Amino acid sequence: MSRRTITELARALRAREVSSRELAAVALARIEAADGELNSFISVEPAMALAAADRADQQLARGEGGPLTGIPFAHKDIFCTAGVKTTCGSKMLAGFIPPYDATVVSRLAEAGIVMVGKTNMDEFAMGSSNETSFFGPVRNPWDPHRSPGGSSGGSAAAVAAGLVPAATGTDTGGSIRQPAALTGITGLKPTYGRVSRYGMVAFASSLDQAGVLTLSAEDAALLLGAMAGFDPRDSTSADLPVPDYAAQLGSAVAGKRIGLPKEFFDAGLEPASATAVREALRIYERLGAKLVEISLPSLALSVPTYYIVAPAECSSNLSRFDGVRFGYRHEGAQTLEELYKKSRGHGFGAEVKRRILTGTYVLSAGYYDAYYLKAQKARQLIADDFRRCFADVDIIAGPTAPTPAFRLGEKVDDPVQMYLNDIYTIAVNLAGLPGLSIPCGFSAGLPVGLQLIGPHFGEGPLLNFAHVYQRETDWHTRLPPGAAVGAPSGAINGGIAPEGAPTGAPTGKPR
Amino acid sequence: MKLTRQDVEQIAHLARLEIGTDEIDGVVEKLDRIVSFVDQLQAADTGSVAPMAHPLDMAQRLRPDAVTEQNRRDDYQRNAAGVADGFYTVPRVIE
Repeated sequence: MSRRTITELARALRAREVSSRELAAVALARIEAADGELNSFISVEPAMALAAADRADQQLARGEGGPLTGIPFAHKDIFCTAGVKTTCGSKMLAGFIPPYDATVVSRLAEAGIVMVGKTNMDEFAMGSSNETSFFGPVRNPWDPHRSPGGSSGGSAAAVAAGLVPAATGTDTGGSIRQPAALTGITGLKPTYGRVSRYGMVAFASSLDQAGVLTLSAEDAALLLGAMAGFDPRDSTSADLPVPDYAAQLGSAVAGKRIGLPKEFFDAGLEPASATAVREALRIYERLGAKLVEISLPSLALSVPTYYIVAPAECSSNLSRFDGVRFGYRHEGAQTLEELYKKSRGHGFGAEVKRRILTGTYVLSAGYYDAYYLKAQKARQLIADDFRRCFADVDIIAGPTAPTPAFRLGEKVDDPVQMYLNDIYTIAVNLAGLPGLSIPCGFSAGLPVGLQLIGPHFGEGPLLNFAHVYQRETDWHTRLPPGAAVGAPSGAINGGIAPEGAPTGAPTGKPR
Repeated sequence: MKLTRQDVEQIAHLARLEIGTDEIDGVVEKLDRIVSFVDQLQAADTGSVAPMAHPLDMAQRLRPDAVTEQNRRDDYQRNAAGVADGFYTVPRVIE
């Protein structure tokens, strides 16, 4: 069974080979067939999806609409959707129905996207394996005993398995790039401030950024163009024009300088992943780019810095969940203080509680300077490393994650081991830079991700680097075994049938 | 410094977070591991470095002092566990 990119589907829609309603029906049928095992969706909205698809079909019939009109799509369940349950993977918000849309949701809806449902995620986006979700772990389509990564694990699994062609994610410390790497798809985290955070449930406000998980860099460029841009409702939204990202794709990388941080290729990197990443770099070299060794000497500080800054901001942001105005309320409380404590104690899961406690501790009287202030200074050192490097190189490249997908349950009892999985992604958030992950090979049958990092607001060149690589290789077209099994066949698939897309055993070489 | 059960209970109180008696030992153990891990930052030389609160060099925007939002109290209160006459209700605070 095939997975089709947005670009391919848009072409089929425009040629009237398939209708948006048919595409939505296929997506809904695939979710119905495959998601019992994957658990990638928290909610599915058939009636809403089909109504949006019909509107898209009417637009297309009038010759209107853009490249996203009529494309089935999923939102991570962290984005508020008016009238549709938004849980953030938590018991705390299990019954929460937002009275408004996040800006990301409304902008994509205006562009004609058809939302079919909301995807599973680590609770409040706190996790790297999707195992902290109140709604249960998501399974990796490449191996159901393994994690798809997190926190945007539901979006990653749904796209990798071909249930939807693309989905939104959010990335505070690697939550788009790491799951994209672990499921063999493309994941883009834009520059901090590029995409509005309005209506996106807050975790760590100086780090959170919305992005997308897709089957190609080209699709990511189309989606970013629709999502990005100034939003007066987000006080840290960047007031800068949005370039035509899709139009920038295809330019030559000859003569460009790619920085390889030596700290990204240390002993912590699994050997087969290292080999896949080095092979990918050779392709850029063949295209005329120059590989330059660089150093990010403060990189080792990034995980401890993050686990002070992010919990501190989380403890503040999550203080709004008090059992009074919205969210879970414990009914056994006799006093107001008990209402707060019991609602929060029973409404939050173990990892969220750990982060709230860590954050409260590092901000408490007597510890603020030693932890929070110290971490803010270390953050400056980490950002300085990147500033210095980008004076000399156009882009930075390396692995996305130290290992391919790990087994469900493997790291769940050791929070520090879990945190270290984000060693190559976290510094990018601390510095506010754009980063993406694209598939670049396999390690024992599991996908490996190549991470590319650009300077602030350098998404155009960043996506171009990814696109140029995807024109030279076919890793991004590899399908997990049994992707989208049980999808309906016949007329509906006629227009979007596979054309020799390689499936299963990942033994191929870059073409 | 090792975190004690009393430390964690005090932090949990500050965070208004009930920790069940069945989970407290595990919470103390894991929190102590996390704090020991982030403690490695103490060795970093950050002497004269300016603290960084935000990734972009931006200032807080100002906007005209004009009403831009409508009153949607009823919409917002639909998500509350207890409301009466437009107010949120909580357990009795004053005896």
